[in-house]
Amino acid sequence: MTDLIVPGILLLVSLVSLSKKQDVYATLVEGAGGGLKILLSIVPSLVMLLTAVHLLRASGALTLLTRFLSPAAKFLGIPAEALPLVVVRPISGSAALAVGADLMATYGPDSLIGRTAAVMLGSTETTFYTISVYFGASGVRKTRYAVPAALIADLVGFLMASLTAKFLF
Amino acid sequence: MAMSLIWVAMVLFSVVAALLTGNVGVLSAAALEGAKSAITLSVSMAGVLCLWSGVCAVMEKCGLNRVIARLLSPLLRRLFPQASADEACIGYLSANVTANLLGLGNAATPLGIQAVQRMKALSGSETATDEMCLLIVMNTASIQLIPSTVAAVRSSLGAAAPFDLLPAVWLTSLCSVSAGILAARLFRHLSRT
Repeated sequence: MTDLIVPGILLLVSLVSLSKKQDVYATLVEGAGGGLKILLSIVPSLVMLLTAVHLLRASGALTLLTRFLSPAAKFLGIPAEALPLVVVRPISGSAALAVGADLMATYGPDSLIGRTAAVMLGSTETTFYTISVYFGASGVRKTRYAVPAALIADLVGFLMASLTAKFLF
Repeated sequence: MAMSLIWVAMVLFSVVAALLTGNVGVLSAAALEGAKSAITLSVSMAGVLCLWSGVCAVMEKCGLNRVIARLLSPLLRRLFPQASADEACIGYLSANVTANLLGLGNAATPLGIQAVQRMKALSGSETATDEMCLLIVMNTASIQLIPSTVAAVRSSLGAAAPFDLLPAVWLTSLCSVSAGILAARLFRHLSRT
């Protein structure tokens, strides 16, 4: 089923656009340029953060951290190797991308840990950043239960990511 | 500033751990390797990311976002009765949710901020309303139909089928959004009694 997603979407979207007498090709190219701009904006921070993640891995710090966190991981049913990702995910989007990409590269994109990292990255957001931007920009000072409710959603996301990575591939 | 603290903590932790485990010799090579891998990763995921940004641009131009917004309207009106009374507010709100679904993060954020600003104007207070908290939770739980960045990373690292994570991502997102909405409802109930 998933084999058809990419070619299916490409064909469907192009046909619909053409039937509306739009210049599909020009729109695709323009959108692709936008994608390149987004990528360029994250590359500098990705360089710094992947440098830091490689330092953490080579120094043995990541192994120490994983060992320290593994009882908690076992309790939650999350692979201990993926816990550093759980820690950075709500705080920084580019740090999470760096940690997640490092997990996928180290253990393989089709390994259980690699898949868990991918599902976690794909189905959660940079919670604290989002909350501070939304409330900060609109001048709301008392956030009441927004933070705990959002963190509960994140926790369920992380637990479900470990489950679906195990059973849905 | 938060990122500076995180950066310093990561480097400090690495150096201390290397000193303790006697791994200091490998640190400089690892730093250079990490910097290099960021560029290799960016270059190899650039293609997929550009392709999907192009596809998303076509979807938007075709009016797919309006179709999704119309489909979501009954659900959103039930979840946000106060915002629904104000046409501009529910407009921003459904555009925000739709942009998130299509993975247009850059478009979703200003729309979400406008929705919160409108809600604040309606409530006239600096305290978050229940509907603001609900909107925040729906945004932080991230409901994305096609997680293109992750798929791009997976394809750049040689995954057999980079998009085979879609069902897992959909189910996970659905559960976390539902949990967030339930939690928000529960907290709302608790704050009243």
